[in-house]
This record gives sequence, structure tokens and C-alpha cells, in this order.
Amino acid sequence: MRNRALTPRRCKTIPLYARLVRYGFRKHATYVWASLAGAFTNSVFGVLRAYILIALWQARPGLAGYDITDAITFCFITQAFIGPMQLFGGGLGIPERIRSGDIALDLVRPASLQLWTLSEDLGRAAYLFLIRGLPPMLVGAAVFGIRVPTDLVQWLAFLAGFTAAVVVSFGWRYLVALSVCWLVDDRGVAVASMILTTFFSGMMLPLHLFPGWLGDLAFALPWAAMVQLPVDLFLGKAPAPDTFAVQLFWAAVLLGLGALGTRAIRHKVVIQGG
Amino acid sequence: MIELDGAGRSFKVRRRVVHAVRDLSFTVSPGEFVGYLGPNGAGKSTTIKMLCGILTPTSGRVRVAGLDPSRRRTTLARRIGVVFGQRTTLWWDLPLTDSFELIRHLYKVDRATFRSRLDELAETLDLGTFMRTPVRQLSLGQRMRGDLTAALLHAPDVLVLDEPTIGLDVVSKASIRDFLRRLNAEQGTTVLLTTHDLGDIERLCRRVMLIDHGRLAFDGTLDDLMATAPEQSSLEEVVTRLYTGAAPAQ
Amino acid sequence: MVRTYFLLIWTWTRAAAAYPVSFTLMILFGIITSGLDVAVILVVFANTTTLAGFSRDEVLFLYGAASVSFAICDMFISNIDRVSQHIKAGTLDTILIRPVGAWIQLAADRFTPNRLGRVLQSAVVLGYAVGALDLDWRRAWMIPVMLVTGIVIFTAVWTLGGAMQFVLIDAPEISNALTYGSHQLNQYPLSIYARDLVKGVTYVLPLAFVNWQPGLYVLGRDDPFGTPEFLRFAGPVAALALALLAALAWRQGVRHYRSTGS
Repeated sequence: MRNRALTPRRCKTIPLYARLVRYGFRKHATYVWASLAGAFTNSVFGVLRAYILIALWQARPGLAGYDITDAITFCFITQAFIGPMQLFGGGLGIPERIRSGDIALDLVRPASLQLWTLSEDLGRAAYLFLIRGLPPMLVGAAVFGIRVPTDLVQWLAFLAGFTAAVVVSFGWRYLVALSVCWLVDDRGVAVASMILTTFFSGMMLPLHLFPGWLGDLAFALPWAAMVQLPVDLFLGKAPAPDTFAVQLFWAAVLLGLGALGTRAIRHKVVIQGG
Repeated sequence: MIELDGAGRSFKVRRRVVHAVRDLSFTVSPGEFVGYLGPNGAGKSTTIKMLCGILTPTSGRVRVAGLDPSRRRTTLARRIGVVFGQRTTLWWDLPLTDSFELIRHLYKVDRATFRSRLDELAETLDLGTFMRTPVRQLSLGQRMRGDLTAALLHAPDVLVLDEPTIGLDVVSKASIRDFLRRLNAEQGTTVLLTTHDLGDIERLCRRVMLIDHGRLAFDGTLDDLMATAPEQSSLEEVVTRLYTGAAPAQ
Repeated sequence: MVRTYFLLIWTWTRAAAAYPVSFTLMILFGIITSGLDVAVILVVFANTTTLAGFSRDEVLFLYGAASVSFAICDMFISNIDRVSQHIKAGTLDTILIRPVGAWIQLAADRFTPNRLGRVLQSAVVLGYAVGALDLDWRRAWMIPVMLVTGIVIFTAVWTLGGAMQFVLIDAPEISNALTYGSHQLNQYPLSIYARDLVKGVTYVLPLAFVNWQPGLYVLGRDDPFGTPEFLRFAGPVAALALALLAALAWRQGVRHYRSTGS
């Protein structure tokens, strides 16, 4: 594995961030066993959760416009998303750097902390998509049989929606990570984020099953853009342009807030001295 | 007090057998203060782990305080004190007093003995100012003094020290050395000390053992060790000669 | 040994009590986190009246019974699954030089009373289900028996998970599939699963005795898979057998560590 020093000097902006994406990818490639263990666990949970959905769809065929195969596919895609989108939280390393004070070193770099982190996170997500995302899908296909898009356009739409979902998930996790700067104990925020993300993203059950106002609320929140919307693209249940519009809206809102947060943290760390 | 008879330890690393320690024999009598030297990777830590019962030897015999460490690990634990310079045996998030209280129960030290011993150790090691501070907030020197106290609360017969002065400033080093010398002289505790700091050896150890490539390369008094090299050599030069194989092993 | 354990957890509790706000907050979040599983059950039953032949309150009964046992183990011994972390940090050595068994020390390590929230939440669900179902009170004696059986089984499962990590140092997450996976499995009536899977968790890894087999007796229902009647009462035996196996695996794990030093 090559390990070139990552000096922003003499790097043009685009090559710098492209290199950071590759760096994030390779950094995670060193933990291959841990990732495979994660893939195994995600797959086991996929199988167990699939039976719940099968039982439900046997009782209510055609529920939410899904058939049983759609429901099973839904279950395994959500398990496949856990790694790339870090649905249980974390993955950024910023809280540790804020606590240790190393964040000051990141902030004096002549590059945006937010873009820097986003690039590394995209590399990480790409790696985990392969190593933690594909195994649960294969297990689902082998044990129960799943549905995959049949035409190229649908695949492209899914991949675009997936990438947008990773950016939305980054936008949210970045805000959670920055909050450490203002809180003594950040565990509360981490747990709250995990609760909101797992429940309102559709990771536990398709949001279409949420009754009445709860369903409307879930679809109006940013977490739906992480799991439910790209899964519906995969299953071909939602129009791509509308989906992208919602995802881009949330990506813009969260990244915008993140930019404001970065400015505030720079003010706090660099000017007030921590 | 410590007896090794042909003790060896090999590991399988990617299907190759690596001998960390081979055919090691030595005896440490009660009350001795022995320095255990060797370059990085020579087998010092492996030896220490075998002495504590953390690692079972693949060949030979090990006896500490008359016990086979690998079979009687928990019994031996009450008679031996161990300090790892690189990591603490104290509870990271707890104040020192809580750590000591836990150790009192783990080692079943009765309350009166514990009190008098702790008072004595706290006095000589000057723990008074940071007894109620969580371990994670202590400086390295303070932490090491806490670790030494923890290792001695149950009045062990043998104290095994793995690089206890690593990373300490001169003042902390001096106070730890002074303490160890007095412990050995006044209480008769047997001490085995591994270190890379030759100052520790010069000021503390009457006897020096030197291990290289898993074998004992020297075992004798400090004066004997100095005699292996031309006169006027410093201890550093003597040890360098032995490490690099410039001098014939004994 | 038991005294040592309680002394260790008491010391950790005092350390946690130094931060009362975060303590309260974490209990609250514990209740909500484990409440998510109940929310899923409720959403499922917002869409159907029965799941694989069981009503909402029956599922909540099974969920509650398994979760009380699981949450108690989660609180008191789940730190046993940090073996890999301890090996990597070198702290397992400092545990092994003490005159007390490694299992007790690891189980009590970093105990936080925060997880009490989960126990409370599960107990409330179980209490609700027992009240809502029209149970035959002559069979209620089985409820405490099944809770204790469940605690023993989950303790054994966690110990197995920890023992695995002596070998799977770089892949500790696999033990989550065993520990948290076991709980996931037991949240629903086993009738939703495939016959072979249920056979496996009845005769190989006896998770069916946490809540399913004794639960069928309490609910006065026949096993949809047609297992013999005596299995409803076989829980304690199965739990002890698994505990024995887990103890052996743990000893083997410690021995493996001491003979490889990795």
C-alpha cells in the first residue's frame, strides 16, 4: 500500500479532495477483518429481521405497495446501509480530535475542515459499501431471494440516490460531531442521534408502515433521505427526480448548517484558544 | 525466590516458529536486587510474563516463591507485585483511594494492615496531594508512584518492575530509585527490574543479567560486567559492546 | 467472588454518581433506545392484528420476558465482550496479574448503572402484557423461572461471545451477532422463523428456552412446531448445560491467550 504524505501544498483543490477520498478508502481498507465481522453481524440481523417482515407481509400481502420480495429486499438493503452511512453514529473522528485539542491543527490547514472530512468520509463509505454492503445483499439473495433493478437507468438512479444519501448522512453526523465543542458530555447527543436516525430513516421498518401523522412526519424529516428514499429508488417505487430534489434539499440544509458550525468552532478554537 | 530452569518460550508467527526466549536458567535469591537488561525484542517482557503466569512456557521449568506461575497464577498473585511502566494497573477513571480500596479487597488485606501500609507508602512516595484525583488526570510520575503503591499494598515477597522509570523526569526518577533502594534494604523485598535506563542499574542493582536473542548473555555483579570491557569504559559503552556482540559472551 | 464483583460494581457506580445529570440523562436515553424495539412491534401491529398466529399482547409478553433477562445481563455482565479491546490495549495482562478470576474482573469492568433504564422499560412492558392478557394464574409460577433461565442463558451467550474474542481479536463485532442477535431473535414468537432455524435454537444453542418454550406454557398455547410438552419445562436444564459449555469455552479462551500471548 502506498502511503504518500498528504500535504495540501501545491495541490490544486480538486486533486486534493480526490486524493482525500482515496485516502479515506485506503485508511479503512486496513481494518478489513473488522469490516467483514461487521458485514457478518449485519447479515445475521438481516436474516432475523427479514422473518418479521415476511410474517407481516403474509398477514397483509401487498402492504405499502410492496410484495414479500420487495419487503425482504428492503430489509437487506437497510442492513447494507449501516456501514456506509454509519447509521448507529460516529465514523468521523472529530469528537476525539476536539477533546484532545488536535482540532486546532485541522483548522489551521489551508483547506476547509468540512470538505476535508466529507472527502475522507466518502472514501470510507465507498469502501464500506463494497465490504459491508454487498455481503448482506448476497446473503439475502441466497437465503430468501431479493429483487434487483433490471435496467441500467434504475441502477444509475439508485447509485446517485445512494451517494446523495451518504452526503446527507455525513451532513447530519458532522453536526452531531461538532456539538462536542459546546457540550461537556456528548454521549447524550450521540444516543439521541442514533435513536432519531435508526427510527426515522426507515432502518427498522419501511416508513410507509408508520400510521397516520407519524408516517407524514417521518417522510418530512431529513433521515428519510438517508435510507427510505434511496431504497425506494432501488425498488423502483419512487420517481427519481422528486427523490433527488428532496435529498439535495436536505444535503444543502445540513451542509450549510455544518459550514456555519465550522465557522463557529474556528472562532472558538482559534480566537478564544479552545 | 525466582528459579528458571531451561525455560523457553516460542511463538508461531505465520507458520514459522520464533523463539522469544530459549533455555533460560537463573536463580534469584530472597532479598536480591537484580537488573534485567536487554535490547528491544530480546525477550525481557516474555520472561516477565512467564514469571507472573500470564504466559505459559513452552519448555523448561519456572518457579516463583516456590509456585509454578502458569498453574498457580492467582495464588502467586498474592505474593508477587508487578508494575508495568507502559501501562497502569490502576483503574483509569477512579481516584487513587478507590483503586487502593479495591486492591485491598482483591488481595484480601485486612483493614488495619492496609491502613498502616498505605499510610507508610503514601508518606514515603508523597501521594498526599493527589490521592483523590482520578488516575487519568495524574502526571506520569504521580501515576507511577500510585502504581508502585498498588503493587506493594499486599506486601509481596517479590516485586517485578517492567521499565518503571520510562518517560519520567529526573526528579521523579530519583525519588522512585530512592524508594526502591529503601524497600529492598529495609523490607528485604526481592526486586527484579527491567529497564533501558542504565542510571537505574548503576544506582540500584548489585547484580545484572543481560539477555540477548532470547538467551542469557551475562549474569554477574555490576563490577564483573564492567570488567568485560577495557578500563575507563562507561556502563553505556560496556552494554553497547555486549548488545552489538563486540564482546564475547560469558 | 460474588462479594468482589459487587465491590467492583459499587466502586464504578460511585464514580458514575459523580455526574448526576449525565447519569439521569443516560437512564432516560436507555429507556428510549430499548423502547424503539417496542415501537417497531407497535408499528407492525398497527398494520395487522396477528403475527404468525400471535396477538400484539402475546408478542409483548414474549418481548418483555426476553428483554428483562437480556437487560439484566446487559447491565451486569455485558462488558465481558470487551476482551478484544483489553487484549489490544494490553490491559488484559494487568487483569491477569490479580488474584481474582478474569471473568469477574472483566464483567464488572466499567460497570455503569445507566443501563438500569433498559431493565425498567422491559419490566414495564412485561407488566403491561401480563396485566392485559387473561393468563391462567396457576401457570404464573413459570414467569420467574423463565426470567432466571433467561438470565443464565444470556450470561452464557455473552460469555461465549467474550471467549470467541480471544481468537477473533481483530473481528470482535462477530460476537454482537451472537449476543444482540440472540435478543433480536427472542423478541418475536419463534413461529415467524423457519423450522430449521427454530430446531437449531432449540437443540443446539438453546435460545428457545429463554421465553418461547416456557412462554407457550404460560400462555397456554400449543407449539406450532409440535415439539413435545416436556420441553416447556426443560429450560433450567438447557440453561445449565449451556452455562457449562460457556465456562469451558471461557477457560479455553484464557488458556489460549496465555499460550499465544497475542
